[in-house]
Amino acid sequence: MDNTAENKEFLSVKNLKVEYFSGKTVVHAVNGVDLKMYKGKTLGLVGETGAGKTTIAKSILRILPDVGARIVEGEIKLDGKDLLSLKEHDMRKIRGNEISMIFQDPMTALNPVQRVGEQISEAVKLHSDLSKEQCEERAKEMLKMVGITEDRYYEYPHQFSGGMKQRIVIAIALACNPQVLLADEPTTALDVTIQAQVLELVGELQKKFNTAMLLITHDLGVVATVCDEVAIIYAGRIVEYGTKEQIFHHPSHPYTLGLFGAIPDMADDDIWLHPIEGLPPDPTKEIVGCAFAPRCKYATEACLKGEIPALTTEDGHISHCINMKSVLSKEGK
Amino acid sequence: MSESMVRVEGLKKYFSTARGLLHAVDDVTMDIEKGHTVGIVGESGCGKSTLGRTIIHLLDKTDGKIFLEGEDVSDVKGKDLKRVREQMQIIFQDPYSSIDPKKSIRDTVKEPLKVSGRYSKSEIEEKTDMLMDLVGIDERLKYAYPHELDGGRRQRVGIARALALDPKFVVCDEPVSALDVSIQAQVLNLLKKLQMDRDLTYMFVTHDMSVVKHISDEICVMYLGQVVEKCPSKELFKMPLHPYTKALLSAIPSIDIDHPNKREILRGELTSPINPKPGCRFAARCKFATEKCLEPQEQQEVSPGHFVRCCRVEELG
Ligand SMILES: Nc1ncnc2c1ncn2[C@@H]1O[C@H](COP(=O)(O)OP(=O)(O)OP(=O)(O)O)[C@@H](O)[C@H]1O
Ligand SMILES: Nc1ncnc2c1ncn2[C@@H]1O[C@H](COP(=O)(O)OP(=O)(O)O)[C@@H](O)[C@H]1O
Ligand code: SF4
Ligand code: SF4
Ligand SMILES: [Mg+2]
Ligand SMILES: [Mg+2]
Repeated sequence: MDNTAENKEFLSVKNLKVEYFSGKTVVHAVNGVDLKMYKGKTLGLVGETGAGKTTIAKSILRILPDVGARIVEGEIKLDGKDLLSLKEHDMRKIRGNEISMIFQDPMTALNPVQRVGEQISEAVKLHSDLSKEQCEERAKEMLKMVGITEDRYYEYPHQFSGGMKQRIVIAIALACNPQVLLADEPTTALDVTIQAQVLELVGELQKKFNTAMLLITHDLGVVATVCDEVAIIYAGRIVEYGTKEQIFHHPSHPYTLGLFGAIPDMADDDIWLHPIEGLPPDPTKEIVGCAFAPRCKYATEACLKGEIPALTTEDGHISHCINMKSVLSKEGK
Repeated sequence: MSESMVRVEGLKKYFSTARGLLHAVDDVTMDIEKGHTVGIVGESGCGKSTLGRTIIHLLDKTDGKIFLEGEDVSDVKGKDLKRVREQMQIIFQDPYSSIDPKKSIRDTVKEPLKVSGRYSKSEIEEKTDMLMDLVGIDERLKYAYPHELDGGRRQRVGIARALALDPKFVVCDEPVSALDVSIQAQVLNLLKKLQMDRDLTYMFVTHDMSVVKHISDEICVMYLGQVVEKCPSKELFKMPLHPYTKALLSAIPSIDIDHPNKREILRGELTSPINPKPGCRFAARCKFATEKCLEPQEQQEVSPGHFVRCCRVEELG
């Protein structure tokens, strides 16, 4: 295959800004985010609840609520096509065909009053010219692939556990062999064995169809297992971005360091964990300086002023922290 | 002497479905000691939430016995049921859908206090303030609505509400799954502190194996409605005995990118929980399965406090 084409991003997000508003309050959900996704590769997007992860994915698909949300600024390109300027009619063709999404909340994707088997079967039908029977067969196979026996084809969503609903949503999203897969916390509700199965299944499909994937998760173990690149997001801003090796071997933003420090250590028996103290900032307030400053133990006067520029190392590891050098020397890295 | 907070014997919960009876919880016997935390892990859909909800009488059991501090509460009704429900509470996974978006969080926390009929108006206000302080909700947010809170704070509201009536036993059903690790650590520390201060007993459902190891005194591993292994937390990680437990531990994604785990991907036919055959539920996927695995499996105590449901456990070692 042509190498230069492979190295060019397939989907890119540039300076994306998204707001939600109700009455007079404005939630600054996404504040100037850049992302690049490549064919056959997985980009991990890691950050806490409310950091803006789902909003980014919904912006790419253009499925933000019609009222009360707006993309203020930015550019989203799929294989050179500018998605934000496409007509809704053309965008509809892209959804579920070229770009498919696994929703974090399975009930946004499932119809509560339709049998789950039929829902998968319909998704298969939409993206193939198989007969009704063949679609049904395929749907049963998909169910089995996500670890659910085919005798449950005729049940309704409420009859399944949280994790099982999640798996049905995964089956539906994979039924259409998308070129871009936006997976919003796809395995958060799954146990580790099913998670391993699902990740393997997604990996196989990704190889087969050279899918570009955005994997939203807060499970750093999952990131370590499947991602090629990682973006760490805090309060609607990317704070660190690099290859998996860069992020795991040389985490350099204080928030990233805090995340690694907060994971319960399988090897010791401390009663107390080490959270990052404090809470994320109020998204309705304008933030001057570094959004992480109130929780950051390295914060200095300068962190509270103006824009925090991105520092990029020679090999492309990006960190939005003006004190990166002293942070790294104190952390002994 | 250790005392039992909750004991269940032969507990069953079946659901009827289009294709037959679904054995969501099938013959579970276990003891939960006072002041302890029992972690529940297992495949998604194996019956963890159903077990927790049946124990606390949110769901009607199909069969079996439930004891609370030695008292048989299996079939309590009326006033007794109300009392038992107050003593056994639940914290749900999803802080978004488990609290009413139209109520201020103060009203959410207050509600169980009002419903209980135990307190006067002023006592209710006082207790509500106390609860919100207890879980660390700042003064300025006391009259906020759920959508104004982030996931970590919403989960604190869920915790405050669950603790309102001073329960003895709390089922924590994936309480930190929706939170990132930095906030997760705050909430886990809070739960631990509350447990120490109020002598609470927890049943803690989670898929995160590092969390379950951290929080639990004992761990119960479930597979298709049954407990297949139960033992002290540390022992489970050092000496897992049931073949499913071994597969489960092997699948924990490691954060050490240079030494990824050798995951054992489970293959083989899936077993349906609908009208399951009498033998070992794991047999179709177990690489050690033999003839005798197709007979009903009993839970055996292989060493003090270590229970396993597998007839080949001695040979496999
Ligand atoms: N109301 C219901 N009607 C029919 N079947 C049900 C119902 N609730 C649960 N089940 C079934 O019971 C089994 C156990 O479900 P449960 O919710 O207890 O699983 P779980 O272990 O908590 O899973 P998860 O980890 O995904 O939350 C599943 O097969 C599920 O489909
Ligand atoms: N429909 C909505 N209306 C108003 N605010 C919203 C809506 N959806 C999300 N938000 C807010 O936008 C911010 C980002 O949310 P989200 O993208 O869901 O974060 P994440 O997926 O990282 O948890 C949060 O402050 C959240 O409360
Ligand atoms: S810029 Fe300052 S406040 Fe922000 S992460 Fe770096 S040191 Fe901390
Ligand atoms: S009883 Fe048999 S099939 Fe079941 S876990 Fe043990 S060895 Fe495997
Ligand atoms: Mg989200
Ligand atoms: Mg559950």
